[in-house]
Amino acid sequence: MISLAGRDILHGWGKFVFTGIGLGLLIGVTLSMAGIYRGMVDDAEVLLDNSGADLWAVQKDTLGPYAEPSNLADDLYRSLQTLPGVARAANVTYLTMQVRPLADAASVGDAAARERRAMVVGVVPGGFGEPGQPESLVAGRHLTRGHYEAVADISTGFRLGEQLRIRRHAYRVVGLTRRTVSSGGDPMIFIPLKDAQEAQFLKDNDAIVAQRRRSAANPAFNRPGQPQVLDAVLASQTQSNSVNAILVRLTPNADPNRVAADIRRWKHLSVYTRAEMNEILQAKLIATSARQIFMFLVILSVVSAAIVAFIIYTLTLGKIREIAVLKLIGTRNRTIAGMILQQAIGLGLIGFVVGKTVATLWAPVFPKYVLLLPGDAARGFLIVVIICVLASLVAIRAALRVDPAEAIGG
Amino acid sequence: MKLPKPSRRALSLLAVLIPLLGAFAWLALTSGPLAPVLVTLAEVEQRPIAPALFGVGTVEARYTYRIGPTIAGRVSQVAVQVGDRVNAGQRLGEMDPVDLDERVAAQDAALRRAESGVVAARAQVRDAQARRDFASAQVKRYEQLLVARTASEDTAEAKRQEAQVAEAGVALGLANLESAEQDLGRVRAERAALVRQRDNLRLIAPVAGLVVSRDAEPGSTVVAGQSVVEVVDPASLWVDVRFDQLGAGALRAGLAVRIALRSQPLGMLEGRVERVEPRADAITEELLAKVVFADLPDPLPRLGELAEVTVALAPRPAAPAVPNAALHRRADALGVWVLDDGEPRFVPLTIGARDLDGWVEIRSGLVPGTAVIWHSQAPLSPGRRVKVVEQLPGVAP
Repeated sequence: MISLAGRDILHGWGKFVFTGIGLGLLIGVTLSMAGIYRGMVDDAEVLLDNSGADLWAVQKDTLGPYAEPSNLADDLYRSLQTLPGVARAANVTYLTMQVRPLADAASVGDAAARERRAMVVGVVPGGFGEPGQPESLVAGRHLTRGHYEAVADISTGFRLGEQLRIRRHAYRVVGLTRRTVSSGGDPMIFIPLKDAQEAQFLKDNDAIVAQRRRSAANPAFNRPGQPQVLDAVLASQTQSNSVNAILVRLTPNADPNRVAADIRRWKHLSVYTRAEMNEILQAKLIATSARQIFMFLVILSVVSAAIVAFIIYTLTLGKIREIAVLKLIGTRNRTIAGMILQQAIGLGLIGFVVGKTVATLWAPVFPKYVLLLPGDAARGFLIVVIICVLASLVAIRAALRVDPAEAIGG
Repeated sequence: MKLPKPSRRALSLLAVLIPLLGAFAWLALTSGPLAPVLVTLAEVEQRPIAPALFGVGTVEARYTYRIGPTIAGRVSQVAVQVGDRVNAGQRLGEMDPVDLDERVAAQDAALRRAESGVVAARAQVRDAQARRDFASAQVKRYEQLLVARTASEDTAEAKRQEAQVAEAGVALGLANLESAEQDLGRVRAERAALVRQRDNLRLIAPVAGLVVSRDAEPGSTVVAGQSVVEVVDPASLWVDVRFDQLGAGALRAGLAVRIALRSQPLGMLEGRVERVEPRADAITEELLAKVVFADLPDPLPRLGELAEVTVALAPRPAAPAVPNAALHRRADALGVWVLDDGEPRFVPLTIGARDLDGWVEIRSGLVPGTAVIWHSQAPLSPGRRVKVVEQLPGVAP
C-alpha cells in the first residue's frame, strides 16, 4: 500500500521541508533559551566546583565571598588547619575588575579593545590541588612563582606568554583554563595570593601620595621632635593582611556539618557547606535573573507550541480540497486521519532535528555559557511530538467534517 | 513512466533530509555528554630538575649614615646636595654655634691672663730666690764674724732668722708658680673643651659615600639625633628579599641569584645570597634574605626600587618528571591520569622537587616514557571517553 502521507509530502516536498525548517528555527530558539537558563545555573555550580572546597569560612554574619563582601585576617587559616576533620585550608581573594593586556605605545587602542571584565582570584601558589587553584588546564602550567604570574580562563582572550596589567603590576600568562567563571559568568584570572591582596586593597599611586601629604599635614602624626612617628604611620597605611574567604577541604570521612559547627562555635566565623553555598548562589545571587530567563523560557515555549499548532492546522486546511476529493473517492476516515497525523509528526521531527542542530551550532557564539542538556532535548522532543499530535487532532477534526461536495463545488 | 517521477522527488527530499540527519548525529556525538573529552598527552621525561626560588625585594643600603647634631640646635649651613659624592672627613654642614665663639674668645683672654699669672709667679720665685741667696750669704758672713767675735750673737741669730724667712719666701713663690701653672692648665683644657664642642657642631662625613637625603635646611631647628644629611655607602647596596616560606627550605647563603630590577625587567643582573635572616616574618609567612650584586650596575640601582630575585638551587640528578599541569588531586591523593586502553585511569604518585618552569620530579609511581594526560578540556573521571589531540581548540599556537 502506498503511504498517502508520503505521497502528499513528495508532492509538495519543498513547502513541507521549508515549513519544517522554519519550525526548527523556532524550536532552536526555545532550546537555546533553555540552554541559557541552564548555563546560568551551571555557572554558579562550576564556581563552587572549581573552588575545590567543602566548606567556606567567611566573615561573621556575611553571606560569603560571592554574594556579599567578606574580609578576614589572613592568618586565621592556620587555626582552621588544626581542627579535626580539616585536610586543607587555604586563603582566597576574589575581585571583579576590568583587565587589559599590557600595552606599549603602539598597541594602546588594541589593548583597550581587548579589555575584559574578569574575576581576579588570589590563590596560594605552589601547592598542587590546593583549594582555590584551577583544577585542570587546557594549556601551559600552574603558577610556580609567588608573584607576577597568572593563569587565565581561555574566554578572556589572553594568550600564553602574554602580559596583562592588574593595577600596578604586569602579570605573565603561564596557563589557560576553561569554564572557570564567576557566578555572573565573568572569566577568572588566577594570580598569586599576595599580589591579589595588594591589588584588592592597594590604592592607585596618586591616592597614596595624596594620603601621605594628608598624614604629613596632620600634626597628630607629624610631631615636631619625633620624625619617626610619621614614618610609622605611613608604613601602617599601606599594610593589608585581609582575604575574602578561607576555603576548607575536609578529610575523606569528615562530616561537613560537624566541622562547620566547630568553626562557627570556636572560631567565630560564618561557615557554609557546599549545599548551603549552592543555596546562596541559586536562591539569592542569581535568583532574579534566572527567574527572569525562566519566565521568558516559559512564554517562549507556549508561543512556540501555539505557532507549531497553527502551522499544522493551516497546512491541513490548505489541503482541504484534496481531502474532499479523497473523501469523494471513498477513502476511509482512518486513512485520512493517519495521513494528517503522520505529516504532523514528520514536520515535528524535522523541526526538532533542525532546532537541536542550530541550537548546538550557535551555542558557542553566545558570550555567556549556554548549556544544552540532553534531558532538556529529550523533554523538548516529547513536547514537540505531543503538540504536533494535539494540533493534528484539531486539524483531523476539521478535515473529517469536510463535505465531499466541496471537491467539485466552487 | 510513473515510477521515476516520485522517486526523483523522493531523492531530492532525501538529499535534504539525509545531510540534516547526518549533521544532527555528528553534533550529538561531538558535543554534549556523549562527546569525548579532548586531551593532550605528555611523556614522563627523565630530566634534571633545577629547582629555583622566586622572591621580590627592595634595593637597600647595608650601611646608612644619618648625620645630625648631638644636641638640639639650629642648622646654620648644609654644604652638600642630594646625589653628591663625599669623602671621609668632608664637612657636610654646620650647626649654629650660638655663643660658643664668644665663649672661646673669653677663654682665650682667660688663657692669656693665666699665662701672665705664671710669668708673674716665676718672677716672684726669682725674687724670693735672690733674697734667700743674699740672706744665706749674710748668715755665712756673720757666722765667720761671730767666730772672730766681731759680731754679736744677737745679730748672727737675726741673720739666720732672715735666711729662714727668705727660704719660706722661696717655697711660697714656688707654690704660687705651681698654682699659676695649674690654673693655666685648667684654662687651656676648658678652652680645648669649648673648641671640641665647637667642632662637634660641624657635620662631618664618617665615610666616603653618596648623599641620599638632605632633611633639614639652614635655619631649621633639629633635635638631638635627628638627621640633617643621610649618606650611604654605595658599595654596600643589597637587596632585601622576601621569599614565600612555602618550599623555601633550601635557601642558603652563597647561592647564585639573578636580579631583575623593575626599571629594567629584561636586564638580568648576577648576584648571590649574602645571608638568610635567622628571623622570618611570622605575619606575612615569608623568609627574609639579603642578596648582594656581583657587580654593581652603573647607574646604581635606586634605593627602594623593587627587584625580582630568582635563586637557582642546587640542581638535582636526572629523575622522572611531569609537567605540573598533569597533576591532579583526587580524594586527597596526588597523581596523574594515564591512558589505559583509551580510557583514563588515575595513578597516585609521590612527588619531589619542582622548578619554576612547571616540572615536577616523581619519586615513585611512574617510569619515564609513560604517556600521561597533560591538558584536558574538562575534568576527567575514570572510564570517560577521551580523544587525544595535538592542541586543544581555542589555544593559540
